Amino acid sequence: MNTTDTNNPEYYHKVVDCQYACPAHTPVPEYIRLIAAKRYTEAYMINWESNVFPGVLGRTCDRPCEPACRRGRVEEEPVAICRLKRVAADNKGDVKSQMPQGPFKPNGKKIALIGGGPASLTVARDLAPLGYEIHLFDEQIKGGGMMRTQIPAFRLPETVLNEEVNYILDLGIHTHFKTYVSSLKEVLDKEYDAVFVGTGAPKGRDLSKLPGRKEGDANIHIGIEWLASVAFEHTKSVGKKVIVLGGGNTAMDCCRTSKRLGGEEVKVVVRSPYKDMKASPWEKEDAQHEDIPILDNHTPKSFEVKDGKLIGMTFEKVEAHYDENGKRKLIPTGEPDVFIEADDVLIAIGQLNSFPWIERDLGMEFDEWGMPKVDKVTFQSTISNVFFGGDAAFGPENVITAVAHGHQAAVSIDLFCNNKKLTERPSPFTNLTSQKMGIHEWAYDSEVPTDARYIVPQADKEKTLSNIKQEVELGFDQNTGFAEAQRCLNCDVQTVFTENKCIECDACMDVCPTSCITFTENEEQEDKLREKLLVPALNLQQDLLVSDTLKTGKVMVKDEDVCLHCGLCAERCPTSAWDMQKYLYKVTKAGCGNH
Amino acid sequence: MTYIKPEFRHPNLPVNEVGFTKKEYEGRISTLCAGCGHDSISAAIVQACYEMSIEPHRVAKLSGIGCSSKTPTYFLSNSHGFNSVHGRMPSVATGANLANRDLIYFGVSGDGDTASIGMGQFVHAIRRNLNMVYIVMNNGCYGLTKGQDSATADKGSMSKKGAPNPFAPIDLVSLALELEASFVAQSFSGDKGQLIPLIKAAMHHPGFSFINVMSPCVTFNNNKGSTKSYDFVRDHASSTSVLDFIPKKEEIKVDYEEGIQVKVAMHDGSYLSLHKLARDWNPLDWVSANEALIKARDRGEILTGLLYINPKSNPLHDTLKSSDKPLNTLKEKDLCPGSKKLEEINSSLR
Repeated sequence: MNTTDTNNPEYYHKVVDCQYACPAHTPVPEYIRLIAAKRYTEAYMINWESNVFPGVLGRTCDRPCEPACRRGRVEEEPVAICRLKRVAADNKGDVKSQMPQGPFKPNGKKIALIGGGPASLTVARDLAPLGYEIHLFDEQIKGGGMMRTQIPAFRLPETVLNEEVNYILDLGIHTHFKTYVSSLKEVLDKEYDAVFVGTGAPKGRDLSKLPGRKEGDANIHIGIEWLASVAFEHTKSVGKKVIVLGGGNTAMDCCRTSKRLGGEEVKVVVRSPYKDMKASPWEKEDAQHEDIPILDNHTPKSFEVKDGKLIGMTFEKVEAHYDENGKRKLIPTGEPDVFIEADDVLIAIGQLNSFPWIERDLGMEFDEWGMPKVDKVTFQSTISNVFFGGDAAFGPENVITAVAHGHQAAVSIDLFCNNKKLTERPSPFTNLTSQKMGIHEWAYDSEVPTDARYIVPQADKEKTLSNIKQEVELGFDQNTGFAEAQRCLNCDVQTVFTENKCIECDACMDVCPTSCITFTENEEQEDKLREKLLVPALNLQQDLLVSDTLKTGKVMVKDEDVCLHCGLCAERCPTSAWDMQKYLYKVTKAGCGNH
Repeated sequence: MTYIKPEFRHPNLPVNEVGFTKKEYEGRISTLCAGCGHDSISAAIVQACYEMSIEPHRVAKLSGIGCSSKTPTYFLSNSHGFNSVHGRMPSVATGANLANRDLIYFGVSGDGDTASIGMGQFVHAIRRNLNMVYIVMNNGCYGLTKGQDSATADKGSMSKKGAPNPFAPIDLVSLALELEASFVAQSFSGDKGQLIPLIKAAMHHPGFSFINVMSPCVTFNNNKGSTKSYDFVRDHASSTSVLDFIPKKEEIKVDYEEGIQVKVAMHDGSYLSLHKLARDWNPLDWVSANEALIKARDRGEILTGLLYINPKSNPLHDTLKSSDKPLNTLKEKDLCPGSKKLEEINSSLR
């Protein structure tokens, strides 16, 4: 195998599994260490710079970082990264003084943002300090988009959302709320230098062809519309018996909200088997904790209406079969159909994009599914000054993905407005610093505690079910936050190897607790080399760090997979051929490094 | 300031025949200098015991004083151990072995502990053919007292201080051969491929198994001019053979050319398979082993590998015709013949 090129900024970035998995590439271990040091304000600001909504995401993020966390490969559970973020947000001091302070010197450029959700707000935050005049349009009365309309208050208190939305709006954004943009042409005619579309996936899927749909319409609701109506307090109650259709996170929010609005017998009914449900495991758990049964393998057949009023639904029982490609088919079991009583039905079976307001004769290209053609890197549409991001770009994802899109779209808009090539993206900021402070002393806590993952405390069920605004999760207190933070393996503190210092004494190989290091003859084929390591490197997602040929003709091979970053290799190295060096990787934001 | 070995191990760590991973054979984290050859030898012992599926409670580790003698703390934490007086490990080992012949005895010593203060003990343990593994971690200097030349430092060799050693060395391997130790080997801490099979064979050999391991002292004796440095040993080591220890269940897989392959049957049906690299030497022949050693010395080479083995060795318990049952398990009933027998003996003497 070839010698690993550690000068490629992505090599060490990939070692930091959480950060690499995060769409916005937030430097996770860096802020976790700050939380452990009780430097909450700084921890918050690292998050704010990268993911814009630390308080919101610390409660509601889909947390792609956690399944990626190395700790999950070493023991049972990953670090509770998401809830640690909340610890920073809950305990921070004055952050506003550390944010960009307006008024900013205008640069003469005007930008329109359509939609006031996370993607648009990110674009606003990145561009406003550069002097852009930003106009944000949203049909609702406040900013936040789906974070306000679709995430119930018992998961995300309005105060937290308002605070973080206002940090951005306070940068001098011109807001146009209660303004539904019904024509892109009109917007383009107003001579904005660029337009950003962050309108999300605003249309909930319906079951319009199911018998009884029309007749029962008064008591059949589209999940996301219903949640929005609850959020703005237009809807204040629901029937005693509620069926929620769907297995995603919206379905979980619908059933839990129903339970708080008077629903006594709330059931989630889903077509797929329980394990295939799209909802995050913790959201399923939370619903079940509130005594909401989840009936899987039930396909809706009809809405039952009696005397003009919905009385329930009939379901066909199915069984999942998987072919050799893993493709699923739901096959009826032949058992009798199941009737479930209901006063109200909430349909939460997915969301669609919808662009009725974009005229099709403007020259914007759409694909066969009615989605605009958007460049995956630049987020530019086929109209050069119109950019997309968030769910509007490539279909429904999540908040953190919308934020990541927003950052990149802002970079593109800034390049575009400066007549620069959009494909020449600014490179990431990287920095590698030795952590050695003395004998047995490192600038980070190299010890690896064996603590199991801590559970986030919740408020009493009686309390949470009786008040829709009572937040369920209470968040870690400072001490638990510290203990959980200490579980972090500091994967950003890299094991950096310098060939010409190595005397091949084997000390690192002997001491490594997780047998990551092997000195061996090199192999042409990667799989052969992986096979012959001390413990074969079978996790192909994880790279091998291969050194140049050493004096004896062997090479040093380190399997990054389960390295604990404990520093013992460097500790036991007599010549400092190993060093522990902290790798900081930041995605470059608009206006940094390219003007 | 932390210097603690984490508890986590690789989740795919293999398990041996008695259900243990390598972790169960490890010791505490080493407090020797970083890069010390002794740590590699400790790791080789861990690996050998793991591979042989030895239950750790069936091993006793004995040592004297010195850097080398600290190492039993760094391997086999689940085994028995005794850290004795300087140079007196062989007599403690003898006592322990006589009391309980069922354990595997690991004596760990250094060049000071063996070739100076413990020389008198060392030679008598060989002479008695005590059933034990005797490892000398040989770095040619007194590392624990700031690196003075030891009795095994080669003439002219220079330690970190830079003064050439004016005295001829004691060659422990030649000495062991001279005394007809029944298993004599030499190796290098930086060559685990060779060292691990040697340790396995030594544990299996019924009698005194001596392994002299060149183990560089990174702090005081790993400089230019030293004959015990990593670089010097790598450049001058000359391997006699490639050794494989083959447990009785397994077939010998590799077939070498006639005259190059030597199979040594062990007492329990297992084999040593030696792939000789030198034709004129036979590890079963004491004279040729001596000759090979002298010639190598003349060429300035360090001969490594299994140099001599006497598979028909007669260990101490056989010579003494001692009880098959370990002495420490004998009860009063076994030891005291009773008053009637005493009467008989007394009357026969009247």
